[in-house]
Amino acid sequence: MMEEMIPVTYRPLLAILCPAIGSILIVLCGKWPNIREAWTLLASILQFLFIFSMVPVVIGGNIIRSTLFTAFPGVDFGFRVDAFGLIFAITSTFLWILVSSYSIGYMRSLHEHAQTRYYFCFAWAIFGAVGIALSGNLLTMFVFYEILTVSTYPLVAHDQTPEALFAGRKYLAYLLTAGVFFLAAVILTYHLTGTTEFVNGGIPNLAAEASRTTLMVLFMLFLLGFMKAAWMPFHSWLPTAMAAPTPVSALLHAVAVVKAGVFGIIRVVCFIFGVDLMHALGLGLVLISIAIFTLIVANLFALAQDNLKKRLAYSTINQLSLIIFGAALLTPEGIEGAMMHIPFHGFMKITLFMCAGAIMVASGKRNISDMAGIGRVMPVTMIAFTIGSLGMCALPPTAGYITHHFFVHGCVEAGGTTSYFPYILLIVAMLDVMYFFPIIYTAFFEHTQEQEEGENSIKEAPLFMLVPIAITAICSIIFFFYPDMFHISKLVETAVTSLFGGAHP
Amino acid sequence: MITIVEHFPVLVIAISLLSAFTILLAGYLNKRACWVISFTTILVQLVMSIFILHHVLTVGIIDYKLGGWAPPWGIQYVVDALNAYFLVLLLFLALVCVTYSKRSIEHELPDKIVSFYVLFQLLVTGLCGVTVTGDIFNMYVFIEIYSLAAYALIASRGGIALKASFTYLVLGAIGACFFLLGIGFLYSVTGSLNMYDLSCILKAGGLYSNRVVLAAFVFFTVGLSIKMALFPVHVWLPDAHSFAPSEISAMLSGIIIEVSTYAFIRVCFSVYTIDFIKLWPIFDFICWVAALAIIIGSVLAIAQYNLKRMLAYSSVSQMGYIMLAVGLSISTHHELWGGLTPALMHILNHALMKGCLFLAAGAFIYKAELWNIGDLAGLARKMPYTCFGFTLAAISMIGVPPTVGFMSKVYIILASLDAAKAGHTPYIIFVAVLLFSTLLNLVYFWRVIETMYMKSGEGSHSAPPKKDEIPLSMLIPVLTLASLCIIFGILWLMEIPMPMLDQVNALFGLGRYAIP
Repeated sequence: MMEEMIPVTYRPLLAILCPAIGSILIVLCGKWPNIREAWTLLASILQFLFIFSMVPVVIGGNIIRSTLFTAFPGVDFGFRVDAFGLIFAITSTFLWILVSSYSIGYMRSLHEHAQTRYYFCFAWAIFGAVGIALSGNLLTMFVFYEILTVSTYPLVAHDQTPEALFAGRKYLAYLLTAGVFFLAAVILTYHLTGTTEFVNGGIPNLAAEASRTTLMVLFMLFLLGFMKAAWMPFHSWLPTAMAAPTPVSALLHAVAVVKAGVFGIIRVVCFIFGVDLMHALGLGLVLISIAIFTLIVANLFALAQDNLKKRLAYSTINQLSLIIFGAALLTPEGIEGAMMHIPFHGFMKITLFMCAGAIMVASGKRNISDMAGIGRVMPVTMIAFTIGSLGMCALPPTAGYITHHFFVHGCVEAGGTTSYFPYILLIVAMLDVMYFFPIIYTAFFEHTQEQEEGENSIKEAPLFMLVPIAITAICSIIFFFYPDMFHISKLVETAVTSLFGGAHP
Repeated sequence: MITIVEHFPVLVIAISLLSAFTILLAGYLNKRACWVISFTTILVQLVMSIFILHHVLTVGIIDYKLGGWAPPWGIQYVVDALNAYFLVLLLFLALVCVTYSKRSIEHELPDKIVSFYVLFQLLVTGLCGVTVTGDIFNMYVFIEIYSLAAYALIASRGGIALKASFTYLVLGAIGACFFLLGIGFLYSVTGSLNMYDLSCILKAGGLYSNRVVLAAFVFFTVGLSIKMALFPVHVWLPDAHSFAPSEISAMLSGIIIEVSTYAFIRVCFSVYTIDFIKLWPIFDFICWVAALAIIIGSVLAIAQYNLKRMLAYSSVSQMGYIMLAVGLSISTHHELWGGLTPALMHILNHALMKGCLFLAAGAFIYKAELWNIGDLAGLARKMPYTCFGFTLAAISMIGVPPTVGFMSKVYIILASLDAAKAGHTPYIIFVAVLLFSTLLNLVYFWRVIETMYMKSGEGSHSAPPKKDEIPLSMLIPVLTLASLCIIFGILWLMEIPMPMLDQVNALFGLGRYAIP
């Protein structure tokens, strides 16, 4: 029915406009909290429907293009919806629905101030994230990338305490500096090739137009530009940004913002440079080295954290590098794993963060050492947490296992030294176990004083928060048995097939 | 037979000058009449200037002989795409500022209303005169007219402002003297004062290597550099900007220093022509000085705690952007960002942004005498609309897309790359300078935004402070300029053709019209 109603080329624009218009309505209805939150929910659901309605067209092997206007000769400002972009867009928009509901519970329970500003900025952050997912070239992507950075600042500094302000400042210092590097890279690409369009397999004339050194510099500029991917040593903004309210950490610092970074890296690797050029320049190995360094060091940092959100933040840094690692393998299976890990990790990590927030709302506890016996008080939350943790450790039956499967295959496919890298992944997974299982142990098997005396009452977070947690946790399991939920695996296949031609099985 | 529009260049100046004296007379009878007369005059001037622009774009250059005396003996007014563009911009900003000034002057200078509007009208007269004239001595006269008006306006607050005004007076007079010396030297060689005539004589006589002509050029450059506060002769600017009434600060930063840039462009390209410029590495030198200005202006801005002073140093930096773009103009050939386009574009953009910022800063002073950045804590709750306007303009200064600042930055960067490709390899450094300056802008503007929005003022924990906005006649100018920052940004991004910019390049043989 929708096909006849709305021509397919308008849908990217409509999807983008949902949060933009929503944000205006949110401000206008700032005095009536219920109506305000209704707008958030309505905008999120509508946006998801618009995005999801594009799936059949894209799975059919088409790319939806809609150009708004021409900015420079050869650079259009517009959208180009392909399978890869759609994966990111589906993840962000679907999780926005759940987090909206979660936010309502969280913000009202804690009687947070400036809630209108919060919902307003949240909508704009999603606007930026989905814009990045759907954008058709580097310039468009840059515009949305900056919008995402600026709109998340008020969310990070939400508490307005000196620590929150410091976090906000650090956040901007890192990410807007990254934006400058990104801009430099965009302009350099345009200067060299006369285009910034994403092309399957890379911009064809890039290799011919520039010397080896220039291409290396260009790639480094891009990498610095995507500091949002929190690769080490440019990661420290992410743990600091945990000063934000938990829904923000959940959606933005586990899904939208950081995934925008890795999304950008994959876009550059596969759609600007192209796998062949990456191979020829030996840049895959550079990227793998950065990724492995981050994988291990982030996990070591995570071991030392007692604050639950901080530990999750380091785990996020680790998992993001896993995605970079997959892409850097430059093999079909590796890239498939990387693309698939974007939604899978999103669902699992958002579960963990939402659990952390639920614990904070229900019991006020932030540190792991205080959480003895919390599994008995909040069984649903902690079961969801356990599922998320299993996913982080790549254990079945969770979505994490599936992607690791791809990564290992990807390593083997790449051959040479790379075929030993699965052992590194194994070490990393063991480190994951070392910092996630103690939390589960503390929660379920240790007791507080009162519990030992036999008092035990269940005290869960409000339903507005509990339901989204349950949904994402269940999704993380369903993905294991049925990875094609939301057509994720079909989309990934379409994306990889179009990248590597028909040769891929 | 000349059409009515061709009389407009002289009318724009004549009615402005007459209105200045009318205000003086009317002000003795009724103080309220001053604002009405001034506003109406500027509105009429703006409409006329739009007609002029339209005429120039559709019919061609307006050539008006004052009193019917034939040039080069008589004074000639020549309006081409460049002047028309400047005229519209300058009158638009003047209109915005005069709208704003109604309430703010009543509040700040209640006993000087008459003299304020007389001087303001004289200022506008001088600025218009500089832009329309085709005679270099006449240009000097108008420069003096607007400078004198500006000295007085800056001093109008009294007290410390007198010192600021005096510094400007001394340096401005030195600048004007240099300009006059340049005219004298040229006259001694050529015997002419008409710009077109001068350029013909210089070219035909092969005088481009003449020592006197060269010395004259140096005098012009130094004189106008002082006037446009190009680093390192910017020292008068911070005091003048911070102590002047805010609408005057907006005019000073938004258009007055840019009019000197206009004069410089005029002297370079209309009197000396591109052939002369290419003979000597003048513009190369200007580029490097401008790059220094960009960085040092921003660094000094970071060190300020007074809001208007910070904005003033930011103007020094922004002047660097403009002069860098001017300097690059002769070595770029792209149809979109070649030639003077980025410079002219940034002049418009800067007028919008800085105008908005100074007017907003004036609003803070108007409401609560808030001069320092630290005092602005929690102001976003008290004055949400003003703060919103300020934030938009500040974000634009930082260069976040899709604002005007972003587009200027991209255009100038592309122009530098273009020039680097065309043989000036070191120009690649300007790309780094511009990007680095973005970060510096971020540091000092974000500090203000953070203070306004995120820090809470005294006693705000008890009850949210009541809204206390400035009057509508001040708010509308602020918000108009702020929204134009976004609207123009999108327009530039959409590559809406700006025929006058192209015509300017065609006129001077720049950009894609350059002869290789």
